[in-house]
Amino acid sequence: MKILTTPRLERCIGCHSCSLACARLVHGRLSWDMAGIRIASSGGLSTGFEARICLACNPAPCAAACPTGAYAQRRGGGVIVRKKLCIRCGDCAHACPVGAVYLDPGGEPFVCLHCGRCVPYCPHDCLEMKEVGGGPADKAAAPEEAA
Amino acid sequence: MIRDHFRVLVMDLAAGKGKVVRVDGRDEVAGGSGLGALLFAKYGRIDKPWDDPEQPVIFTIGPLTGYFPLMSKTVAAFKSPYHDQYAESHAGGRSALALKFADLDALVLTGKAPRPSALVVGSRHLELKEVHYLWGKDIQESGKLLRRMFKGSGHRSILRIGPAGENKSAMAGINVDTYRHFGRLGGGAALGAKNIKAVVIIGDGSFPLMEGKDYPRLFQAVYEKLTATDMMQKYHNLGTPVNVAVLNKLKALPWRNLQATSDENAHGISGERFAETALLRNAACAGCPVGCIHIGFSRERFQTDHRFFYRQVSYDHEPIFAAGSMLGVTDCFAVLDILDVVEQMGLDVMSAGVALAWATEALEKGVITEKETLLPLRFGDHNTYEKAVQHLAYGVNDFYRLLAQGTLKAAAHYGGADFACVLGQEMAGYATGEVFFASQALGFRHSHLDAGGYAYDQKHDDQDVGKAVEFLVTDEASRAFLTSMVACLFARGVYTDELLAECLQVVGYGALAGSIDAVSRRIQQLRWQTRLATGFDPAAVSIPKRFTEVVTWKGKVDGEFLAVLKNEYARRIAEMARREDHP
Repeated sequence: MKILTTPRLERCIGCHSCSLACARLVHGRLSWDMAGIRIASSGGLSTGFEARICLACNPAPCAAACPTGAYAQRRGGGVIVRKKLCIRCGDCAHACPVGAVYLDPGGEPFVCLHCGRCVPYCPHDCLEMKEVGGGPADKAAAPEEAA
Repeated sequence: MIRDHFRVLVMDLAAGKGKVVRVDGRDEVAGGSGLGALLFAKYGRIDKPWDDPEQPVIFTIGPLTGYFPLMSKTVAAFKSPYHDQYAESHAGGRSALALKFADLDALVLTGKAPRPSALVVGSRHLELKEVHYLWGKDIQESGKLLRRMFKGSGHRSILRIGPAGENKSAMAGINVDTYRHFGRLGGGAALGAKNIKAVVIIGDGSFPLMEGKDYPRLFQAVYEKLTATDMMQKYHNLGTPVNVAVLNKLKALPWRNLQATSDENAHGISGERFAETALLRNAACAGCPVGCIHIGFSRERFQTDHRFFYRQVSYDHEPIFAAGSMLGVTDCFAVLDILDVVEQMGLDVMSAGVALAWATEALEKGVITEKETLLPLRFGDHNTYEKAVQHLAYGVNDFYRLLAQGTLKAAAHYGGADFACVLGQEMAGYATGEVFFASQALGFRHSHLDAGGYAYDQKHDDQDVGKAVEFLVTDEASRAFLTSMVACLFARGVYTDELLAECLQVVGYGALAGSIDAVSRRIQQLRWQTRLATGFDPAAVSIPKRFTEVVTWKGKVDGEFLAVLKNEYARRIAEMARREDHP
């Protein structure tokens, strides 16, 4: 099982190609926000950039907080998302300790699915899909499903 | 959002209220440059001066903004304090994508805010906030405060002016996201005259994309083309400063107010030297994987002990020319020190550097004295230039106030017009010969980017006036279309008309895709008509004597050829503006 990681984010130039790729390819949107990875300057442009991204918690607090099972634990960390089950309560976003879940104005949550489709669009090789072993929650993890 | 019209927010700054207006004309003028001229016709006043509260300041983006890589620029259109005529200036940063995600094709500011204010716009937000406490603050300090005051970090663009804009200097730029600028022709003063210290654009909207695989497939192909070309390598590596050594070797780099075109100490300010010793990191405009922005550092020792502070300063070929070779400064850190002050003051670096180069020669020649300059300006003395830049921004005496309105305005009063390096506005960093000089002197923006005159000079040895002018006119039309999309002109080699047609087609602008040539000519014509209606007389443009004294690798500039070129290009411009039919 692989997760998306940002081992070389210090190289980031703020082009937003990753976010735009996620919005375009995963969510079918043109957006800075409706993306699983979102880039922001860390306190002004002179201090470089940070990525708002799911850290693949295992167990994932957002999945634990989700009252309907729309967010369920993903094997290896992070969540499996079943959009049809989502009631837009926003509990996932509030539960995330690192602000990785974006709620659109209608309350729909967007989070990284660890699919890796953003990776080839980074011109500085900041991103990497990394193989991970099972965490404590894997024993109880839900079976994998398409998002 | 794909629309067959333009969605424009018209903000009445006096009333503090905005209105979303639907403007037709998408298939006729596309966006960007074309839309700027269209909106100026609707909201501008050709009969009133640039600082009349009714004059609009317009920001526009294009039909491909955000949809494809390097479609990352915004066009600012306004009546310029420099020549009191219609003008455009272009910038990147996050401004274009922020406007796109604010769901606007254009933002038009009309009226004058009663007090110094910041305008904040987003897809679900509009606020005019009184910020008198920011007035007088430099670019860095106001930027830090604005970042804290308003939401949207990372997905917003912050446009702001410095003291130069507040003082209505015709050389005042608008800073965009710290490292980019609407630099030329006094956009900063146009905002200052409206009491607007800053415009914060929050890109918080999202749009559904076209269904099917055609769009992502074409995006992928364009992305690969853009990132696989030599262009990518050039801008990734040394960036535009690679030109410094190249032009110097060619005898085409202006030195010390264009008294020379090469210098043996050029290596101290070459792109190579900057990259080896001063380059900290790179940055990109939003939506551009190329990331051409090169950021160096300027550090200052403020105690006898080793105590320093430092600032990050972006550099490019043009700033290095303006604060380096043109001022005889041959150390890259000295250049960055000057650039840092220029940035903080909110001045256009090319205008400021060239103006101070003229002042230095004028002082040397006794045309002016230290009574005017207040400082012993001397080529190479960067510490003095740092102070002079502040004098220019604050307009500390009559001399600096006049100089800040344009070098030729100062020369008309004090003398020394023969050696004022002005081609419509203060020259760009290319002394390549007659075609470039005619191109900048008459070009729509008086920019080295209006048409590739500097490249034409390097590729042609003949003196074929007809061929050269035809090149300038045709190249300008093609660039006018690109700046209506709005593409970064660094991508012009990739975005051919054929590729642009594919891009427009796939996102749903089929009519534009099928009429690029006609629309290009129409935009070109509309821009010239607007410019001439506001007072531009191409036949009256004169090129100072200094440009005929220049010696390049081809030998001495041919004054006669330059005059014939200029006259013929002026004739063609007048002809374009006169034509009544839209092609």
